[in-house]
Amino acid sequence: MRGPTTSSLEAELPKVVSSWFAGRGWEPRRHQLEMLALARSGKSALLVAATGSGKTLAGFLPTICELAGRSGEGLHTLYVSPLKALAVDVQRNLIGPIAEMGLPIRVETRTGDTPSDRKARQRVRPPQVLLTTPESLSLLLSYPDSFTLFADLKTIVVDELHGFAKEKRGDLLSLSMARLQALAPGLRRVGLSATISDPEAYRSWLAPHADIDAVELVEGEPGAEPDLSILIPEGKIPWGGHSGRHAAREVMELIERHRTTLVFCNTRSLAELIFQDLWAVNDNALPIGIHHGSLAIEARRKVESAMAEGQLRGLVCTASLDLGIDWGDVDLVVQMGAPKGSSRLLQRIGRANHRLDEPSKGTVVPGNRFEYLEARAGLDAIDEGELDPETFRPGTLDVLSQHILGVACAAPFEERELLAEIRSAAPYAGLKDATFAEVLSFIATGGYALKAYDKFRRLVPEGDGRWRIARPIVSQQHRMNAGVIVEQPLLTVRFRGGRRLGTIEEGYASTLAPGDHFYFSGLSLEVEQFKDSDIIVHASSKSARIVTYGGQRMSMSTHLANRVRHMLADRHDWHRFPDDVREWLEVQERRSCLPEPHQLLVETFEHEKLHYMVAYSFEGWNAHQSLGMLITRRMENADLKPLGFVANDYALACYGLEPIRDPRALFSPDILEREFIDWVEQSYLLKTAFREVAVIGGLVDRHHPGKRKTGRQVSFSTDLIYDVLRRYEPEHLLLRAAWNDARARMTELGRLVRLVDRASATMLHVEAERMTPMAVPLMVIVGREALPPGTRADESLLIEAQALADEAMRV
Amino acid sequence: MVPFSFGGQSFAASAEGALHWPAQDALLVADLHLEKASWFARLGQFLPPYDSVATLSALRAVVQSTGVRRLYCLGDSFHDRFGCDRLPQQARALLTGMTASLEWTWIVGNHDSGFADACGGKLVEEAELAGIVLRHEAVRDDPRPELSGHFHPQYRMHLKGRHVSRRCFVASQTKLILPAFGSLTGGLDASHPEIVRNVGRGAAALVPVQDRLLRFPIAA
Repeated sequence: MRGPTTSSLEAELPKVVSSWFAGRGWEPRRHQLEMLALARSGKSALLVAATGSGKTLAGFLPTICELAGRSGEGLHTLYVSPLKALAVDVQRNLIGPIAEMGLPIRVETRTGDTPSDRKARQRVRPPQVLLTTPESLSLLLSYPDSFTLFADLKTIVVDELHGFAKEKRGDLLSLSMARLQALAPGLRRVGLSATISDPEAYRSWLAPHADIDAVELVEGEPGAEPDLSILIPEGKIPWGGHSGRHAAREVMELIERHRTTLVFCNTRSLAELIFQDLWAVNDNALPIGIHHGSLAIEARRKVESAMAEGQLRGLVCTASLDLGIDWGDVDLVVQMGAPKGSSRLLQRIGRANHRLDEPSKGTVVPGNRFEYLEARAGLDAIDEGELDPETFRPGTLDVLSQHILGVACAAPFEERELLAEIRSAAPYAGLKDATFAEVLSFIATGGYALKAYDKFRRLVPEGDGRWRIARPIVSQQHRMNAGVIVEQPLLTVRFRGGRRLGTIEEGYASTLAPGDHFYFSGLSLEVEQFKDSDIIVHASSKSARIVTYGGQRMSMSTHLANRVRHMLADRHDWHRFPDDVREWLEVQERRSCLPEPHQLLVETFEHEKLHYMVAYSFEGWNAHQSLGMLITRRMENADLKPLGFVANDYALACYGLEPIRDPRALFSPDILEREFIDWVEQSYLLKTAFREVAVIGGLVDRHHPGKRKTGRQVSFSTDLIYDVLRRYEPEHLLLRAAWNDARARMTELGRLVRLVDRASATMLHVEAERMTPMAVPLMVIVGREALPPGTRADESLLIEAQALADEAMRV
Repeated sequence: MVPFSFGGQSFAASAEGALHWPAQDALLVADLHLEKASWFARLGQFLPPYDSVATLSALRAVVQSTGVRRLYCLGDSFHDRFGCDRLPQQARALLTGMTASLEWTWIVGNHDSGFADACGGKLVEEAELAGIVLRHEAVRDDPRPELSGHFHPQYRMHLKGRHVSRRCFVASQTKLILPAFGSLTGGLDASHPEIVRNVGRGAAALVPVQDRLLRFPIAA
């Protein structure tokens, strides 16, 4: 960056701020001063910096400096974070320094958990700095007094931008920023992000009108190179599995040798399982804990503060700790199972050690041979500074509907003005006039071709393109229903005494009966009874079932997949691999073949009277799962008598009673036309997506915790609404919104398209005389899924996996 | 249509949830909840205004395939007592076409109590046919065989990790509860205590599928 030198800038720090730095023996970092200089010249900025580089303080420093020099009232700075748990982190980075400098700056938080009397007061007498979430900001903008509240707003600081800009919460915040800019035209936007592969895309996302030049990029100093390894107990990698459970004892030993270890798992279920495994080998009874998104907020806060105080030696956690919180003296991060992407892995590992000049230490525990390759690929990518590509999609229509209704609740609006404002939000830059009109009609009367609801309007046209809400109750309803996170219906797990442990999904809960045991929050719990929306439990010592959760899985990123493809093909690279993996690839090469990076290897073989077809397409679990559904349908039509399929991130195996002679026919690209649409429409995917857009878009009211329907009150289900709507108005806005979600998130259609487009030109079909080594990680799943759940011990599964492997490795 | 016997009579259940009674040349349905969507629309939830058309089209299809002469609606036919007035044109035409050509009986339910007959048909509190009582909500202590609706029973199960729920009949020795026929009507688990209390012990959920009637005992 060109501009004043850091030393001259430092001279310009207010005395109270520079002596605070000096008093702690610190110097402001270069990027912190650059952020200050940009603020003083009125420019917006994106700061990209590693964890531990003083990012949050860099975001706040200009505000502190400006407020140090004057005694102003009114809201000066908004700080938006995707996390509700702002308190600890911001305490350290903002409230602490302000107090130590003795500055009379009022800082308050506002989230869904803030008591309503304080919320009301904040609107009348706002603090100078307000810390909030995208949802709470959006709600603030739905009040008539938002016009005065935000009139003098100088700065909005968006933290953890990389964590949510591409999601629906990002759409909501982007629209809110457009609104704020209209209320306070001089508003400066500041984004804070972890290291990302494409800062330009984020600059443009942050800027008004996606004008990339309006946002300057500031980069933090790179931290020390991380110290990364792959953990392979006794040099052996399992054939099946994806969790790294086999390494529990070695992970426990690592915990013993470090001050504090974070153990990241890819799902909540795995976290519970790994915690049990670690507990079983915790011979020294070290204090270890568990943290995931379904645990009660009180339980999470408790674990977090124990961690911050250095009372925990190990914490098993999930993506719930991916963002933000930098506490505790973590000196090791363990990733159980495959990392799925290099950016995520790097961010997780960055949780260890918050000093920039010391390396963060991390180790990955691959669950099977493919996962070893993926882990290797992740480490190589980090080594070479290659991060996951960023894909931004157009703004979602359900979020847009919610935003517009909120705007209308604040005051009547003029539709051309509002459209211009909405288009200034980057995700909505391409919003068409006709779509905007449809959204307005949807909010006003449901947007149906049959004009049945004119007399029940929520929005009323006043002429000249002006609209207002029809009744005050519309605002109240909107504020009850706003928000972009839609949970599956949940039941609360609690002890008889009342203490909440957390929530599990109704679907899973319905498989439980009194007397059943399940692991949750690190405990074995016995179900006593179901009471309204609660499951009453008591602690038990019996072994238990693992709770499962619905929802999508994280897929391996495309660039890690590419690296794995190249590793397979490049024999010179294999010397780096452990014997297990090298031998696996060598036998595969002798028995079948290893595809070149551009090739799609498809193997067919017979095993125990079933005919298998395994495609090594490396497009991730979601795309493979979709393709599996489509291909088994084609097999059905071709009379190949399919019995099922299994998928992982690397490959898809379909099996049936007849041999598959011509795999090309099954993969032809027209499968993504009629057949894909038919399947998605009939599957639960679209209904799940519809439920979300119907709630976010404001078609149906949310069920609020504590106000759940009980016994006799039978409400409507969004599945039924979906069926009726699809039949009578298939082009309806919400059905299109649901389709967009299903394409982008659930089926990963983009990857599916790439897969089938190149399938026929690049397919390498090998008719193997029996199962091949590369097929084993999938075949192990086939065996497992054929078992009735819970009837066989892990031991017998292992025996079975070994038998499969022996068969495949026989030369 | 799958035949079964109840109260000494032969019935057949349709997959949509209608009950055919050949000896009486009658079709019985429960809980149509017509104009449920427009009832919610008044409160700002704009459910698709096609629920009545969807329900009545499905009903007409069963009427045509069975060729019955008589039709009994076992209550909660409208979501509220003014539902009949709100029927959109196409739905109204469908309904009046049927009430005009069939011997049509509305049994009053709790949702539509007090509704005035405006679309044809005869309005009664209860009916009795061949010794079987027809009413909206089961009366536990009545020993006579009885057909009713009201509870919207659904059979729910978990199969290979998927949550499946289907509309079902609930039958005991003397009571048969029909599923809701309305296109937007949700359901209550067949083993819900409210249902079990009314039908008594030894009840089963009957789930009509294409050519079979699946029978699942209900745990009390």
